[in-house]
Amino acid sequence: MTGPSPAAPAPRTNGLGLGVVDYRGGKTTLCAGCGHNAISERILEAMFELSVPPERVVKVSGIGCSSKSPAYFLGRSHAFNAVHGRMPAVATGAVLANRTLLALGVSGDGDSASIGLGQFAHLMRRNLPMVYVLEDNGVYGLTKGQFSATADRGATLKTGVANELPALDICALAIQLGATFVARSFSGDKRQLSTLLKAALSHRGMALIDVISPCVTFNDHEGSTKSYAYMKDHDEPIHELSYVPAREEIAVEYDPGTTVEVTLHDGSRLRLRKLEEGWDPRDRVRAVARLLESAQGGEVLTGLLFLDLKAPSFVELLGLPEAPLATLPEEVVRPSRQVLAEILEGFR
Amino acid sequence: MREAESAARDGRGGARSPKVNDFSLQVATVNGSGSQSSNTVLLRALFQMGLPVSGKNLFPSNIAGLPTWYTIRVCRDGWIGRKREIDLLVAMNPDTAREDVLGLPAGAAVVFDAPLALAGLRDDLTFYPVPFDRLVEPVAPDAKLRKLLRNMAYVGVLARLLSVELSEVERAIGKVFGRKAKARELNLAAARAGHDFAATLEKRDGLRVERREGNEGKVIVDGNTAAALGALFAGVTVVTWYPITPSSSLVETLIGYLRRHRVGADGKPTFAVVQAEDELASIGMAIGAGWAGARAMTATAGPGISLMSEFAGLGYFAEVPVVIFDVQRVGPSTGLPTRTSQGDVLSTAFLSHGDTQHVMLFPGTVEECFTMGVEAFDLAERLQTPVFVLSDLDLGMNNWMADPFPYPERPVDRGKVLGREDLERLGGFARYRDVDGDGIGWRTLPGTDHPRAAYFARGTGHDESAAYSERPEVFESNMARLGRKLHTARGLVPAPEVRGEGKAEVGIIAYGSSHHAVVETQAQLLEEAGLVTDYLRVRAYPFPRQVEAFVAAHRRVYVVEQNRDAQMQALLKIDLPGELVARLRAVAHVHGLPLDARSVTDEILAREETP
Repeated sequence: MTGPSPAAPAPRTNGLGLGVVDYRGGKTTLCAGCGHNAISERILEAMFELSVPPERVVKVSGIGCSSKSPAYFLGRSHAFNAVHGRMPAVATGAVLANRTLLALGVSGDGDSASIGLGQFAHLMRRNLPMVYVLEDNGVYGLTKGQFSATADRGATLKTGVANELPALDICALAIQLGATFVARSFSGDKRQLSTLLKAALSHRGMALIDVISPCVTFNDHEGSTKSYAYMKDHDEPIHELSYVPAREEIAVEYDPGTTVEVTLHDGSRLRLRKLEEGWDPRDRVRAVARLLESAQGGEVLTGLLFLDLKAPSFVELLGLPEAPLATLPEEVVRPSRQVLAEILEGFR
Repeated sequence: MREAESAARDGRGGARSPKVNDFSLQVATVNGSGSQSSNTVLLRALFQMGLPVSGKNLFPSNIAGLPTWYTIRVCRDGWIGRKREIDLLVAMNPDTAREDVLGLPAGAAVVFDAPLALAGLRDDLTFYPVPFDRLVEPVAPDAKLRKLLRNMAYVGVLARLLSVELSEVERAIGKVFGRKAKARELNLAAARAGHDFAATLEKRDGLRVERREGNEGKVIVDGNTAAALGALFAGVTVVTWYPITPSSSLVETLIGYLRRHRVGADGKPTFAVVQAEDELASIGMAIGAGWAGARAMTATAGPGISLMSEFAGLGYFAEVPVVIFDVQRVGPSTGLPTRTSQGDVLSTAFLSHGDTQHVMLFPGTVEECFTMGVEAFDLAERLQTPVFVLSDLDLGMNNWMADPFPYPERPVDRGKVLGREDLERLGGFARYRDVDGDGIGWRTLPGTDHPRAAYFARGTGHDESAAYSERPEVFESNMARLGRKLHTARGLVPAPEVRGEGKAEVGIIAYGSSHHAVVETQAQLLEEAGLVTDYLRVRAYPFPRQVEAFVAAHRRVYVVEQNRDAQMQALLKIDLPGELVARLRAVAHVHGLPLDARSVTDEILAREETP
């Protein structure tokens, strides 16, 4: 056949005229089937669909398999792969230096819940405006399969060794400590994770998503509570979520008895159709209590667990100007000769 | 006050040979009793009379109750380092009074709280009992207040005994208490009460001051305040910290200045300050901020430096500008938190694992705490690396006379940064490529609106484009480039300062606060032994070339420092050609007290006699 082939459909572009390809990164070096790869896909899709300029994003991470993953998406965004457990500090500094940046933190359960628990706690407390994705598989992958602090009591390693210590519930902690958007999801639940990521990107405060992300190499066997099979049986979504971007009209009516609608900081709306009686994501005490209950029953509650739209973010608390501190000109940041003279006069 | 009958009367309680504008006095009090204000008033009054003066606070790691000593040295020759011998003791603390008196050299004078009944302890001292409680009783009805005012009363007593003009004491009280009218009046009254009482004492020592010209235009300030001002005028934008003695006051003072002088017309601050959860976080935040383009800093001391080690390596390897003020105290470990040392030199030079090396600045005066405070930010951005400013407790927390600080004339240097237009023109860039041959690549700031602006900063091995790489030749070439950058630093950091003709056989190398003892030592060596010396003050690491030239030009070089292990000498040994290493001789001490010239002089003389 010599004639021209039928024209391929034009690649889909977003509001910025960018294609999905503009949100891609390097080729992943993680294991095939790793939950983290799916999360990377969801992140770049969410950024693409919300037309986030990639140049405005900074990807920050610590050390571990999850922390490597920012190299595999958003190649047009700056990134800082820092030291183990210390992503929160680097993120805080970057956001204070330039509040117009959209900080996306990627960390793991070892990085956040063990070595970095102190920084994690204080980051939540400060309600730094950022999206924090915790890729949670209950084991250390890069060092070949030791338990992490989010491993459930009684869960076993491939060697049969059982974990004897209680699991640390990163979401319950975050809610208690002051994070203002706290969610849990599963790397295998494409729809829920995408919706939560978009909602998190619309939030102006600490948005933490703990994503159960099975480690296919070290923690996907029988006896694991972070495996694909286990999640299939124990994932308990607390509501059905739908995200309505700021510009879109809502066509479908909803029943206020069964559905809660919240308007996020950027004007987008999140609809939560309650599957569980009495669940309101704005109830901090109830959220923590329910998480503790569910852990005892072996359920993994997923969805938007807590949302506080009123608490000021750290940037607001510090009263920072709109313009980035990083690029304020010399005449703004260096006081005048007169000021120095006056100060010195006081020392005479 | 009645003058002693005859200046010739010597021995028991007799008048001593006159010491005009040349003595050292020590006040022994209880921590938390308000003596800090009294001592500052005394220091300022002497300063206002035109006298070269220095004050050193020797305080415990405690809020209240433990002994504290404050030493003021008046020196007509202008030496402002610590002097070991005390000529006049003010004994206010019952717990230490006996030991303090027994430790005095013969001929010293003692002003003491009368109930302590110290006069019988020795017969080779001059004693002045003062009933402090009785003096301040009419001044304030409140017993708690009287406890504080006792200390201002000794200022009045000393003013009379030493011929310090009462009007200058009053002016100093006005300065120290400022707008707190009630406190000012009470303290004025207490000082006057002491002054009046001392008129009844028979002056039997030879210590006194005479007004002179000399301090016109000078200021009195501590090094932490000076460093804070340096950061302020450097245009610092992100300050992160964790409280630790003796660096806390640096940041607290800075916060005060930022609030006063760095709030825009819209009422918004042009800075961010975060008190972090620990030093790991404080340096991590500063590094994150420096990476994102802020002029970022933190301040700490020994234990904090230890905690910062991993991040310091990341800052070095990912090449992030950040300034770390290290106000050194005594280690190892918690050590002596309120005493001074130069003990962090070696560990800071190589802070972190692998082949990490850092740029360090060594301010030797409060002026330099300011100028280097400014310069550190320029160097950090020019060199794209952490810059450590190693001050110490003596410099940082004590008051020093200084010339007014020069306003920074050079514009702020933000280093090699590519913007959107540059990228448009160049079509892209490689973050770690040595395009200029100085080891320093060009960087972009996050948020730069260009599809090719991004790079992946990391602590893992990387190639010129910042991509992960484990290739041996890539790693080696990157490390070689970082080495070239350190070489570039030699030519950019502050050059050493040399004193002397350069023709002496004996050289002295020192740095930081040791400077003040060493210049006095030079004079003592000349005067007492006819020994001519040249002195090089190291002001930065990596060492500029002049350091090697100095060692090469002297047969014996004494390296004077305040630590046990001769840390600067160790750095010199690594840096210098092997044949010069044997010329170095350590004069290294760590006792927590500021270095004094006498000890250095005696040690050098002893070593010169038995080479």
